Amino acid sequence: MAILIDETTRIIVQGFTGKIGSFHAQDMINYGSKVVGGITPGKGGQSHLGLPVFNTVKEAVNQVGAEASIIFVPPAFAADSIMEAADAGIKYCVAITDGIPTQDMMTVKNFLRRFPVDQRMILTGPNCAGTISPGRAMLGIMPGHIYRQGNVGIVGRSGTLGYEAADQMKRLNIGISTSVGIGGDPINGSSHRDILEKFEADPETKVVLMIGEIGGPQEVEAGIFAKAHMTKPVIAYIAGLTAPEGRRMGHAGAIISSAGESAAEKVALLKELGVTICPTPASMGETVAAVLAKL
Amino acid sequence: MDIHEYQAKEILGGYGVKIAEGGMAYSPEEAVQRARDIGGHIWAVKAQIHSGARGKAGGIKLCKTHDEVEAAAEGLLGKRLITHQTGPAGKVCGRLYVEAGTDIVKELYFCFLVDRSSERIVMVGSAQGGMEIEELAENNPEAITKIYIEPAVGLQDYQAREMAFAMGLAPELLSHAVKTIRGCYRALRELDASMLEINPLVVTRSGELIALDAKMGFDDNALFRQQKISELRDKTQEDPREMAAADRGLSYVGLDGDIGCMINGAGLAMATMDMIKLAGGEPANFLDVGGGASAERTEKAFRLVLADKGVKAMLVNIFAGINRCDWIAEGVVEAVRKIDMQIPLIVRLSGTNVEEGRRIIADSGLPIITAETLAEAAEKAVQARNEMVAKEAAQGA
Repeated sequence: MAILIDETTRIIVQGFTGKIGSFHAQDMINYGSKVVGGITPGKGGQSHLGLPVFNTVKEAVNQVGAEASIIFVPPAFAADSIMEAADAGIKYCVAITDGIPTQDMMTVKNFLRRFPVDQRMILTGPNCAGTISPGRAMLGIMPGHIYRQGNVGIVGRSGTLGYEAADQMKRLNIGISTSVGIGGDPINGSSHRDILEKFEADPETKVVLMIGEIGGPQEVEAGIFAKAHMTKPVIAYIAGLTAPEGRRMGHAGAIISSAGESAAEKVALLKELGVTICPTPASMGETVAAVLAKL
Repeated sequence: MDIHEYQAKEILGGYGVKIAEGGMAYSPEEAVQRARDIGGHIWAVKAQIHSGARGKAGGIKLCKTHDEVEAAAEGLLGKRLITHQTGPAGKVCGRLYVEAGTDIVKELYFCFLVDRSSERIVMVGSAQGGMEIEELAENNPEAITKIYIEPAVGLQDYQAREMAFAMGLAPELLSHAVKTIRGCYRALRELDASMLEINPLVVTRSGELIALDAKMGFDDNALFRQQKISELRDKTQEDPREMAAADRGLSYVGLDGDIGCMINGAGLAMATMDMIKLAGGEPANFLDVGGGASAERTEKAFRLVLADKGVKAMLVNIFAGINRCDWIAEGVVEAVRKIDMQIPLIVRLSGTNVEEGRRIIADSGLPIITAETLAEAAEKAVQARNEMVAKEAAQGA
């Protein structure tokens, strides 16, 4: 099972023939992902990495049955590419691009809401490392070899901190059903809560590790959802104990701008909601192991 | 990116928002000249720094004579103003805005901002202006009205009217208020602002609605299509180390601790800083070197961290994904050889090609302390920092 992607998911790459798109497309193919082609407007009909290139996402959906897409298009044009994917009937899209203007993301989210829920494309990112269902498929830019297959779901904003968690778990022989990067931007495709909902519905996932950070309301909203609707344990680590107020810590969204947005406040609220907290970033693996042992 | 009050007012003036007559001054003489040009009997001399709450910090002086204007300007220019938004280092005032005094009947609060939760632009207003919105939100939340804007159609007139009434404006001011609110909304949308605050928005005795203060912040991700806004950047208001980092494509935030950090990825950087703190140390900076950390980039990052003379130890924590540990290791070894490092260096590598990376560090013969895990790295960094401090104290004594 896993969530969002598996070995049967038919994947296309938007921004296929560019340097970054090519590199990661090859990496995903090597991992075993079912990449069926790519999009570069104006290069339709050509072949790249032994796969067909299409001018539009619609052509890829019609001709090779594309279901999922990954976006490597530069920031100025990325919102347009996401909307093209949604309109063409792509079911799941990962936007890797970092630096998309916030107002463009507002437009994208508004565009997605026009579709009825059952026909609405799921978007994760932008500014993320992507999604991996270990041993099955990778739709992202992560080092696939650090993930062991198993039954822990991971959702997080950060790429490398997600790698750190996967690595700590691998050292303890703990595997992952799916790891989803939701990205570091203030407005993103899916929230922590959206992904928790998917893990709750996935029979293979037994517990979920949520890796959050300072800024915004999403971690606490996810905690409220978990308390009300989840049967599976949720474990969380919130990065940014040392972050000063009002300063942007790398990610566009990582800024404490109002009450409840600091790491300490989020931790306190999540604890109240029954979420197990990892006391340090070095103890994510151990904390997951302890929760798994109690199941 | 933030801009100054006078710049925000100039922008808003162009969008039909009424502002008091005023002008820029870089010297006391210029300030007096501005007051003469404006005329009247009362002027506000306002320090232009990137921060709110300037009044409380003594950054705004009301003057009744030209001599007072001159004295106020002399006092403010070059002065370091400290507000709760600037942090303890404060910000130096290099320019003044001299404005005609306004006969205030009523002070209101008004702003637009991007609300992350609803993923919409929200308009916030209150009949109680002047004080900070955080204070008001805490003490009197009922006094605040929030109206969400539907992105597909944008701000509607009825919403602007609703806000005008919520702010307690008299019916005579309604059309003026709608014009002001619409102007602000257009400015926010067209210029990719992430926030626009008028506090206070005032009603004058002559029955006008004037933006007495104005603050705008812009989305850094959108600056590529806002050339004119980019040009308003005032580098003197930003941390020089952060500016230097940004110029080199690195993301850096200076902090008060003494353990320098170089990490790839914002989340891992924050987590590593947390780990340093939990191990009993304090990070000197946040530094994300990003995905493609080349040898050149690594050296730049080292120089940036070490430019902070208070740094007593440096921790490098890289989890290589797209990157490769061997490339990072080569970059680190090269940087250490080029820069004469006087403080201990702790390196933790993980991920792609980690064995080769560790071998390169070990074979270099350099006194680099290595660590396998995040916890070990933080502990060793704090220990090395403590030994360095003790050593310096011994030398001093």
